[in-house]
Amino acid sequence: MRNEPQESLISKLAKAPISVNGEIRIPISSDADIVIARQQGRAMAEQLGFSASDMTIIATAISEVARNIINFARRGEMIMSPFQRSPRRGILVVARDQGPGIPDIHLAMQDGYSTGKGLGMGLPGCRRLMDEFEIQSDVGKGTTVVMKKWSPEYDTGP
Amino acid sequence: MEVPILKQGSYLIATFQAALTDEDLLKLQDALVMQVGKYRSRGVIIDVTALDVMDSFAARTLRSLAYMVRLRGADTVIVGIQPEVAFAMVQLGLTLESVRIALDLEEGLAIMDQRTKTGKGLALVDQRAKRGVLREK
Repeated sequence: MRNEPQESLISKLAKAPISVNGEIRIPISSDADIVIARQQGRAMAEQLGFSASDMTIIATAISEVARNIINFARRGEMIMSPFQRSPRRGILVVARDQGPGIPDIHLAMQDGYSTGKGLGMGLPGCRRLMDEFEIQSDVGKGTTVVMKKWSPEYDTGP
Repeated sequence: MEVPILKQGSYLIATFQAALTDEDLLKLQDALVMQVGKYRSRGVIIDVTALDVMDSFAARTLRSLAYMVRLRGADTVIVGIQPEVAFAMVQLGLTLESVRIALDLEEGLAIMDQRTKTGKGLALVDQRAKRGVLREK
């Protein structure tokens, strides 16, 4: 698992947004949007050649972070896009909100820590599900979660 | 999309669709807890074969549902967790330890038959329930 990338995903995103080709943006403001987001994510993962297992894993992680938006920020957005770092490709998932933020990220990333709305498995669970996971949160400003999953298939090109 | 609940003998069978919202899950929970009393059901079988994702909310709701059904005097069996869903659940760290689980609907029904026919008293209640069903029809 590549849980600790050498360079911060969030700072990379800020510097040069990854190719927006095929990017999907889904506003999240109700529990129905959670379902839409995970279905769209699964469809994108399928196009990228992910296995059925990985498709479910990606959809599960999307469901968790989208629900965090609803539970803690009420509204926000999910951005999903394919990325490529030749010869491999993968899916990039960003969950962003302008909610209250997380005062103690280390605490929120601990298994079993819960504010009472879930099982305390959401964020640490997503880190286990995905290949790369990063979270940035500023109290009063909002939270951004960036996750990546690499496709096992090598892109052979068109 | 609401979850259809099928009444079969003294059991209730709820079959999940692929895309369930949190609201659908909570509605199902309420409906099952009510119907267990209404139909004097002995068991509830929840078929999640078609479910795309079992996330922490779904797992928590199923756990509460099973416990509420137990408080109403019936048993719950969850059937049809797919291999990839099981895989994702374990990685996410979800457990359904307190809930009875079977491979598929057939196994679930077999477990229910076993559980509801162990004691003489239970069998009697079961027969009464069956007669009730016949009268209803």
